[in-house]
Amino acid sequence: MKIEVLFFGRLTEIVGAERINLENISDTDALNAHLWVLYPALQQFQYKIALNQKVIHANKALAEGMTVAVMPPFSGG
Amino acid sequence: MIKGESRYQRQMQLKGFGTAGQQKLANAKVLVVGAGGLGCPVLQYLCAAGVGTVGIVDHDVVELTNLQRQVLYTVSDIGQLKADCAAGRMRQLNPEIEIIAYPLQLSNQNAALIISKFDIVIDGTDNFPARYMINDACVLLNIPLVYAALYENEGQVAIFNIPGKDGRKINYRDLFPEPPKPGEVLNCAEAGVLGVLPGIIGAMQAAEAIKLISGVGSPLINKMLIYNAYTNLSYQIELSADDQAHATLPADLDTFMQMDYNWFCGITNTGGKVVELETEEFKERMNSEVYTIIDVREQGETPEAKGFNYLRIPLSSIRKQVPDIEKNKIMLFCLSGIRSVIAGEILQEVYPDKEFYSLKGGILHLQA
Repeated sequence: MKIEVLFFGRLTEIVGAERINLENISDTDALNAHLWVLYPALQQFQYKIALNQKVIHANKALAEGMTVAVMPPFSGG
Repeated sequence: MIKGESRYQRQMQLKGFGTAGQQKLANAKVLVVGAGGLGCPVLQYLCAAGVGTVGIVDHDVVELTNLQRQVLYTVSDIGQLKADCAAGRMRQLNPEIEIIAYPLQLSNQNAALIISKFDIVIDGTDNFPARYMINDACVLLNIPLVYAALYENEGQVAIFNIPGKDGRKINYRDLFPEPPKPGEVLNCAEAGVLGVLPGIIGAMQAAEAIKLISGVGSPLINKMLIYNAYTNLSYQIELSADDQAHATLPADLDTFMQMDYNWFCGITNTGGKVVELETEEFKERMNSEVYTIIDVREQGETPEAKGFNYLRIPLSSIRKQVPDIEKNKIMLFCLSGIRSVIAGEILQEVYPDKEFYSLKGGILHLQA
């Protein structure tokens, strides 16, 4: 099962890419845990997750071909 | 008849806009908070389009470093209050509408009084305490908020406080109930910004406000758009209400007025333990062996500091593990003097007997 993960703002610097592809991750909690292992610095950052362009507020199951957006707050103006 | 109607002919001839749309704009009262990178284009397009009453709140003065992106201002405006300066320009652009300048800092003490005179608020501020304060005020006063914020080459735009298809209203706290830690998310002064980006995103905010008021198109109600100026990619997210986030809002205006938004966002400059040094004071001390000097910027940040000895310990690593420091007097610096204060406060807690200094204005002022 493949998913695509998009990163925004400063998170692209932490991850070193604007998008990555991952396999065999069952839900968004597992995705967070996986991302924190891959990029430990991510744990220090606040972000909101959207699944297929819909914001989620709790753990959700992932399915083949889903796109996950990982979005930090911005402050500049 | 709309005052000065002929100037609006090009938009009135648009299908679905017409006299009715123009009349709605003429009746509308919009408050623009922040007359900076976002606020400048917002003001120009709203005033040009004929929004009947436009309020401008900003307590800052025009600086040379603003002119790269705040294209409303000129060199001769440097040192002038932005609110007054922008109001003057807008009256020249469109004398048929009412412009109200508020050359003051919007706070939870005056926000309810000012905001309640308007139908829509546009957030063009540049810091989290102001953004949370404006969000909370708009929720409590039930006023639509056109939000936008920037990071380097990306921008977010959304409209809050208007019921979506499911009848529920969304606000900023549904996205981010609590603010990030100080220094975690950098603003334009810290991270830099592509000058044209606030132009693009501010114009989008103006477009959303005009759509919302006139009734044309599909405004970003319960949606957030993220635009990347480097890749030209934009990404739209559907937002939804979060009941847990709702609980983080102040319950009523009384509670709102008792909030300390700086404290809420982790900004504690009131202790005064970290002493900020002027550039000259820093220079006098920088070659003294009494001091340890630390650059707290992250790996690879420029410009490189030259002409004195220093250690490089990024703020992110200080957060993880406080470093050993031998000397008793420590001078910290970063790009603009914000993160060095934060680093000093973290270090001060661990080393209460040492003295911490921060270079005011950062390396930008030192090597200007």
